[in-house]
Order: sequence, then structure tokens, then C-alpha cells
Amino acid sequence: MKTVEEIKAAIEAAVPGAGVEVVHNPGPSGQHSLRLDPSHAVEVAKFLRSDAELAFDFLSNVTGVDWPDREVTEKVRVTRPVTRTVDGVEQTVEETVEETRKHVERGCLEVVFHLFSIEKKHGPLVLRMRTVNRTDQVELPSLTPVWRSAEFQEREIFDLYGVVFKGHPDLRRILMWEGFKDHPMRRDYVEPDDFDYEPTAHDEVLARAKAHQAALQAAAVGHEGTGAD
Amino acid sequence: MTKIGTKLGFGRKKKPEGWNRPPVIEQTSEGELLEVAMGPHHPSTHGVFRMNLALDGERVIRLKPEFGYLHRNHEKLGEGQSYLASMPYTDRLDYLCSLTNNWAYALAVEKLTGQQVPERAEYLRVILSELTRFQNHAGTIGFLMQDMGCSGTPLMYAFREREKILDLFEELTGSRMMCNYMRFGGCRVDATPAWLDATRKVVAGLPAFLDEFEALLRSNEILMARTQGVGILPPDLAVNAGITGPLLRASGVNYDIRKVDHYGIYDRFNFKVPLGDHGDVYDRFMIRMLEMRESLKILDQALKEIPGGPVVDPKAKIRGFRPKPGEAYGRIESPKGELGFYLISDGGPNPYRYRVRPPSLINLTVLEDMSLGQNVADVVLILGSVDIVMGEVDR
Amino acid sequence: MLGEGILKGLAETARNFVGSYVSKERLTTVEYPEQRIAPIEATRDFPFLVYDGKDWDAGLRCVACQICEKECPPKCIFIEKSKDKKPDAVGKQQFYPARFDIDISVCMSCQICVEVCPFDAIKMNTEFELSTTDRFGGLLLDRQQLAKSNEYYHEIHPTEASGVDARLAAERAAAEAKAKAAAEAAAAKAAAAAASSAAKPAGGEA
Repeated sequence: MKTVEEIKAAIEAAVPGAGVEVVHNPGPSGQHSLRLDPSHAVEVAKFLRSDAELAFDFLSNVTGVDWPDREVTEKVRVTRPVTRTVDGVEQTVEETVEETRKHVERGCLEVVFHLFSIEKKHGPLVLRMRTVNRTDQVELPSLTPVWRSAEFQEREIFDLYGVVFKGHPDLRRILMWEGFKDHPMRRDYVEPDDFDYEPTAHDEVLARAKAHQAALQAAAVGHEGTGAD
Repeated sequence: MTKIGTKLGFGRKKKPEGWNRPPVIEQTSEGELLEVAMGPHHPSTHGVFRMNLALDGERVIRLKPEFGYLHRNHEKLGEGQSYLASMPYTDRLDYLCSLTNNWAYALAVEKLTGQQVPERAEYLRVILSELTRFQNHAGTIGFLMQDMGCSGTPLMYAFREREKILDLFEELTGSRMMCNYMRFGGCRVDATPAWLDATRKVVAGLPAFLDEFEALLRSNEILMARTQGVGILPPDLAVNAGITGPLLRASGVNYDIRKVDHYGIYDRFNFKVPLGDHGDVYDRFMIRMLEMRESLKILDQALKEIPGGPVVDPKAKIRGFRPKPGEAYGRIESPKGELGFYLISDGGPNPYRYRVRPPSLINLTVLEDMSLGQNVADVVLILGSVDIVMGEVDR
Repeated sequence: MLGEGILKGLAETARNFVGSYVSKERLTTVEYPEQRIAPIEATRDFPFLVYDGKDWDAGLRCVACQICEKECPPKCIFIEKSKDKKPDAVGKQQFYPARFDIDISVCMSCQICVEVCPFDAIKMNTEFELSTTDRFGGLLLDRQQLAKSNEYYHEIHPTEASGVDARLAAERAAAEAKAKAAAEAAAAKAAAAAASSAAKPAGGEA
């Protein structure tokens, strides 16, 4: 199989302005990936499927990854003027100090595709796409029209991560029920404390469940009290 | 069944937009469509699976599968615990084939860390997964016959042999179904010579079972009448929809990950990949029959050649296992199809992302396409021939 | 020939019907509560704690290191470490579990606790008749219910137990040899020191 750099060149030759980026994998598996620009993703996918040499006819795995907002702490050297009194005279001197700066790196939702070729028997080619953020701009193009195998897997990502796939023929929740609110696979998902199941004897889940029950009972008692009055 | 070559270029041929969507079936009878919720408590759905059917008389006009009744967020569990702690949970994905699940997960982690597996462990893995494949296929055929109304005999025959294989599993791994046997860089315990001898004895008895099974079923008129030409899956749709395993090969596509990836030591064994040429339920039944024979061939060779030595990489760690940052996708040919694990490590003790590529779920993508226009009684057979386990579909 | 398959099927049924009266080896089921099939040696269900000697409380091998509690996938183990130390079976001062509970309604019999235990203190049991009418209390096993003697371990897993015993004996012998060598070295050092110190004051005193 061609290397990812060669595939990138082939894509850029076929789809002008595709904006493909190589993502290096530092681990020993050597499965490097290509990050696609969502606006050209469908064209790139069609090219990868129909190109005679690449022939990625089989989309095996589609999955989501959540990258939450993350606070990055870095040390920067800054030069700033400082007023100092030297020998009784006020002077302004330049001083270089190390400063710790914090900034928040905006998170995103990422979708990862693993492509193989049944015809040429090669693979995997890893494709990735990122949403703009995790809250309101979570739309990505659906690859279901190109590879049908993405149909249920994209529904799963929509269900568990909240990525909205444009162009998906039937985008509904698949594993959770209709009317379920949150997206459970996101890393900031908070589990509900009103579990019906029986927690273990020493679990923190038990403490939370008890607190929840107590709160419910208190509410019920308060309600009855007002009703009687 | 005649063997056909790989039909080249099925994925690349120019096709009209929307060719891979299920066709629209027109209602022919007068009157209303009958909406039927088949499952989740229907004995033929192999667990808690539900299909919302729209019927025109006996004909299926629409079929929408519903999942999630057995959903337990396996992937979230895997992200919250150490790499090793996920191993026993993989047993519970496809609970009929815990050993192949173990292997797929161990393979993905080994790709992530670059660990080597000793040769004896590779042989043991092959032996155990081929035994798993055998008992899964025998069971699937048994259940398919059960769904067809052939109640009892084939299923009991399959389970009689499965019992022998499960006893072997218990003797080696300590458990019949939840084996939790493989480790990153090898296997947990070594097989004794007595276990290997017992396995050889069981394997030597299996061809007779297959002969009997095949003689009973292969040319049975009822089976042929019910399954031939039913639930046809064309190869180009199968490839496009990501179908893998016996279902894909029954449609005539030559793709077996054991042959393509040569994971483990599969390049050392001499075996064939059976292919179907109609892609109907009968072909899927026959493919499983023939694959069992190929599994026995592999078992014979593996049991003959198994070398001595350690079964686990001496450098492998059980506690404090922290792979370097990176990601890996490892896949094997499980009895249901391509079972893959995708792992992202951030250098911590827990995987950052732990993903299971479930063959059972993705093979259900084409359930609607195969069932449309068929009789409602055939939907049961088509579902049975897909071979699903809800533990894996819903995860 | 049409009907051949059906005839074959009928013949099979007839063969089985008659055969079940003739062949002894086909009778694989047993009358369960009265008769039992011998269990397979490697089989496992729930963990137990091994103790050496006669007294379960004094002989527990567990030193409350809490590794199993951390590694347990479904988190069914609960351990409270003791504040004080007491001598173990060989007389070494060790911590002990003041509380050791396993909720077997949660346990999934994966035996990861056995694998990670560095002291061979927790092993898998084969006892399966554990049904109870008390959902919480009955399935939450405490220290005393979990403690089983090393002899019992030998009874259920003979091969594994003798391997463990041999390993422990070797470790103990190595530790003793090391301690002996260290004691000897210390004694030699002390003797040398004593000799040198004895030489000096001898001179001084004289």
C-alpha cells in the first residue's frame, strides 16, 4: 500500500484544495492518519473508493473521540520594564522573568474512519475529521452515501457523542432511547444517581443513590404537608 | 456449490446515487399495512432485538431494527479502568466466542505496545479460536434449524459437540464461556500435555459429527425449499455495507482476515476459504459447514506442530501497564466477522479511547435489504443466518 | 430423490429412539442432588482467602496491601487495613485486613485478583451452591466466610496448590538463607568490631 504521504499527494491531485493533513502516530503500531477538511470529505471519500490503485471499497470502523476543552499551562519568558531604585535613583530597567501562562485549548469531537480494500487487500487507512467545537458547531458530513457501513456507526456516534452527520438518511439515536438527553460517551458526562439497579455494598454509587432517595422522600413529605394544609 | 473467483471492482463500479439504500417496495394488496413489532421478547430474535415490520399480507414492506435493550456502555467502562480489567469484559461481548474476543483485544494492545508473543502462545491461541469457531458455527446452524421449525435434533447434536469443546475450555481456562484467558504478550496459563491429548481426541471425533450433520441436513428438501433463494445479498452491496465473515463469503467475496492480515501465525497453516455463489440463506448455511471443516484442518496442523516454551512474554507486565502514547487498530476474523478493537493511549494506565468494532451490529445493516419483499416467516431465517449475539450488537 | 431427506431424518430419529435404550455411554445426565459429576480441576467461581495453620484469624496470608481491591474490574472487593501489625503464620509482623468483604453478587469470576496477588493469599473457589434468600447480606461474604484453609485449597486445586506451596517454601527458604547470611555477616562484623574494640581498651586499661 502507498504511504500516507503518497495518498495525501494523490488526494490533493484529484481533489484540488482538499486540505488534507498527515497526523503522525507516535506509537509502535505505525498507523498514521490523514485529517480531512469536512467541506471536502465526501469528494475525498468518493475518490478513495473509486481510485483504481487505492480502491478503498470497505469502510470497516467508524468511531468518535471526545477531546474536551483543556487548560494548557506553559512557561514563557517575558521581558518587561521594571522600575527600581538603584543607589537612591529611580531607574527603569528591562528584566526577563519566567511567567506561567494558562490558556484554554478549545476541545472538539473527532470522528475516525478505518478503511480497507477488499479488492487490493490492503489497509488500514485512517481518516479523521474534527468538529469546530463541542457545543453548537458539531456538524460533519456523513459518509453513509459513499459507504453504507457507516450507517449504524454514524448513528451510534450521533447517539453517544452528539456529532450531527449532514446527509445521513436516518439519523436517530440507536442505543439509547428516544428522548434521552445527554451523550454518554462524552468525557464530561455525569452519570445519573437514580439508578434502578442495586449498587454494591461499599460503592460511592450507593451513597449517591441513598442521597437521591432521601431527597425524593423529603420532597414527597413536603408535598404531602402542603397538601394537608 | 461451485467456487467462484473474486469479483473484482465491485466497490468501484460507477453506480447511480442511492444504489446502496434499501429498495422501496410497493404495496400490492388492498387494505391497510399491518405493523408488527417483532421482539424484543421473541424467541427467534436471539436475544432482546426488535424489528418493526410493516407487512402487506405476508410480504415485508418495511423493516426497521431497534437496538439497545442490552446496552451497558461497554466502551465507557473500558475507558474508566485499566487495560487488563477490560479483558474479562470482552468475554461478555459475544458470549459464545469469548476466546476470539480475548484475542482481538490482546492483538490490539500488542499493536499499541509492540509486544511479542511467544510461539507456543500463538499456537494455543489458534487452537482455541478454531475450536471457538467450530462450536459457534455448529451452534449457529443448530439455531437456524430451530428457527426453521426443525426443533431439537440439529441443535442438540451441535450442543453435544459444543459441550465437549466447552469442557476443554474449562479444563484449560477455568471457565466454560467467560474464559478470560489471553493476556497482552501471551496466554495466562500453559496447556498441559494431558490437555493437548484430550483436545486431539476431541478433534479426531469431530469429522464424524460433521459427516453425520451434513448427511442429515445438506440435501434435506425442506431445508432447501425454505432457504434457497431467500435473503439474497449481492456482493457489491455486501462490500459497501461493511459486511464481514461468513455472510460476506457466502456472497462470493473472497475476504478472510486470516488470509489477508496473517495475524498471529495463520500464514503457517494450509486451509481454504470457502465461497458461496448465490448469497442466500442456504449458502450461508453451507459456508459455515465448510468453514468447520477448514477449522478442523487448521486444528490438526496446529496440534501436530505445537512447540514447547513459555506461553507469555517474560517482559509482559500485569500490574502498572502503561503503553506509550499512540493509537492502534487490531482486528481478527472472529466467527461472526471482523472483530476490531481501536485503542488510543495517552500514556496513562487507562485507555483514552476504547472502541469495539462489533461485527454483529454492522452485519445487521443489510437486514432490511435482504428481507424486503420476502415473507415474514423468512425474516426469522434471514436473521438466523446473519448470526448475531446481542451482547455484541448492543455492547 | 424427493423425500430422501425426510426418510433420512426419520431413520435418524428411529436410530436414536432405539439406541438410547441400548448404549450406556449416551446416558450423560446424572440425578443432580444425589449424584454429582466430578468437577474439573481448573474450574473457578468466586474467590476465597487462604490461611495457613489451624486458626483462620491468625493464619490469613493476606496482608491488606489492597492491590486486588484496586485491580478488581467490577470493584466487588472492600478492604480495611489494620492499624496495628500482628505475626503471620511464620511469625513475621504484618498488617492484616481488619475488614475484607467480597460482594459475590457483583463478582464476575474473572480471577484477576488471584493473578495480581503477590502473596498467594486469594484463590478461586469451586463452591457453587451459594443461593440465599437474603439479597444483600447473604451474598456479601466477610473475612470469616471467605477464609478457607490451605488443606481445602489442596483439595480443590491439587496441582495448582502444590505449585504454590513449593514456590512459597522456596521463597521462604531463600529469605531464611538471606536472613541467616545477613545475621552471620552482622555477627562476623560485630565480632570483628568487638575484637578490635577489645584490643584497644585492653591496651588502654593495661
